[in-house]
Amino acid sequence: MITMASDRRALTFQDDVIAETPDGERLRHCMQCGSCGGSCPNGPDMDHTPRALFALIAAGQRDKVLSSNTQWCCVSCYACTSRCPQSIPVTDVMYSLKRISLRAGLAGGTDAPALARTFTGLLDKYGRSFEFGLASRYYLFNKPLSMLKMGPLGLSMFTRGRMSLVPTRIRQLGQLQAIIQKARDLGGEA
Amino acid sequence: MSYAYYPGCSLESSSAAYDVSVRAVTQRLGIELKELDDWNCCGATEYFAQDKLTACSVIARNLALVEPRDSQLVAPCAACFLNLKKTDHLMADDPQLAGKINQALAAGGLSYQAGRVLVRHLLDVIYTDVGEESVRQQVVRPLTGLRVAPYYGCQIVRPYNGFDNSEHPTKLDELFGWLGAEVVNYPVKTHCCGGHMTQISEPQAYELIRRLLQSAADNGADVILCMCPMCQLNLDAYQRAVNNHFHAGFKIPIVFFTQMVGVAFGIEPSRLGIGKEIVPVEPVLRSKLQAASA
Repeated sequence: MITMASDRRALTFQDDVIAETPDGERLRHCMQCGSCGGSCPNGPDMDHTPRALFALIAAGQRDKVLSSNTQWCCVSCYACTSRCPQSIPVTDVMYSLKRISLRAGLAGGTDAPALARTFTGLLDKYGRSFEFGLASRYYLFNKPLSMLKMGPLGLSMFTRGRMSLVPTRIRQLGQLQAIIQKARDLGGEA
Repeated sequence: MSYAYYPGCSLESSSAAYDVSVRAVTQRLGIELKELDDWNCCGATEYFAQDKLTACSVIARNLALVEPRDSQLVAPCAACFLNLKKTDHLMADDPQLAGKINQALAAGGLSYQAGRVLVRHLLDVIYTDVGEESVRQQVVRPLTGLRVAPYYGCQIVRPYNGFDNSEHPTKLDELFGWLGAEVVNYPVKTHCCGGHMTQISEPQAYELIRRLLQSAADNGADVILCMCPMCQLNLDAYQRAVNNHFHAGFKIPIVFFTQMVGVAFGIEPSRLGIGKEIVPVEPVLRSKLQAASA
């Protein structure tokens, strides 16, 4: 369903989630069976299982949903997506909730957004991921104490030739950055 | 057999053993892999968590870079494989999204039409395109006596793979049967390793890793075979931390499946990246494979 920006105010929170999600209309077909939560490796650590979260979405509990840790516990293993008897793209709904909660400034209580931002910041800068840069920056700014614990692991990776201390840059970095800029200008939330 | 090749960032550093063994094994099997010129990072799960259009555009640049004469792209990394395949699917299903992605690509002088490139996983190429007979012909050192636990993980078998069952995949099991290995059946072979959770919430991640190691150990595995850099990293590099956390004593080598295919083909261990793993596989290979041939 295509909606005009001016119609948005009349729409419910569930409509917003659906509009943000590829094949999101399936969300309306949730029958509360709980296959998603039962399949989820991180289900026990979630504030609400996906099933419960979908009920909250349908009930319009926007802030409760967006400040939940549920979406940030999702590591995209797609077990729920492949098992959902109603073909709801559960993993993609979790991605939508991550994005909406970041835009709303409601993502809290987890380091996952910081890891995501550090990761894509390096991608934007070099065109490739940079594992040493990611680990050092992320731990320094978010979990400085964990850096001590990570030291020996980093060293064993380095001595086995599994960690480079310098980033690799792609040749046509300008081209990639122009693509990224244009995608952002287009709204960044197709 | 010729394919465009997308190694992905991990294969340049933390999973260099995967890249060298992929190249050595495919060369032996007559598979020509042509590395995509100037490919960029697929964004893993981190771009989709922030911005869908940029996530897709960054991935689509790689699809657009595939030469017109090539129609298939091979990606050994699970996250790269899924992202490339997913973006192609999303563009085919949603012309409006595809239009916006192409507007972004146009800013870099590129374009991509959904469906032009078929994204394949290397296991599928070896299993389907090369096939049993040609694989068996290359075996000079059967893996007889070696008990392997094939670990499929999540993003290769779900939800787009198109070549194996997502609940009970068997292709990696079958391949190692052709190589003479004793394939261990263990119930968690498609369970998640926790992905980036080792960086976000350690206790949560350690429990997922423990379950995998425990199940493989309970079923008598000598090694766990991985198809994904993240799985290999979590199970290998964090094995010591998991042992400390749970007062456990796991000592299971975690290798890429291509490394063990290479061993069966008689390729020198140094050309397969053997020795880069933190829990060493060499002692296991020495005791198991020599015991079998003695």
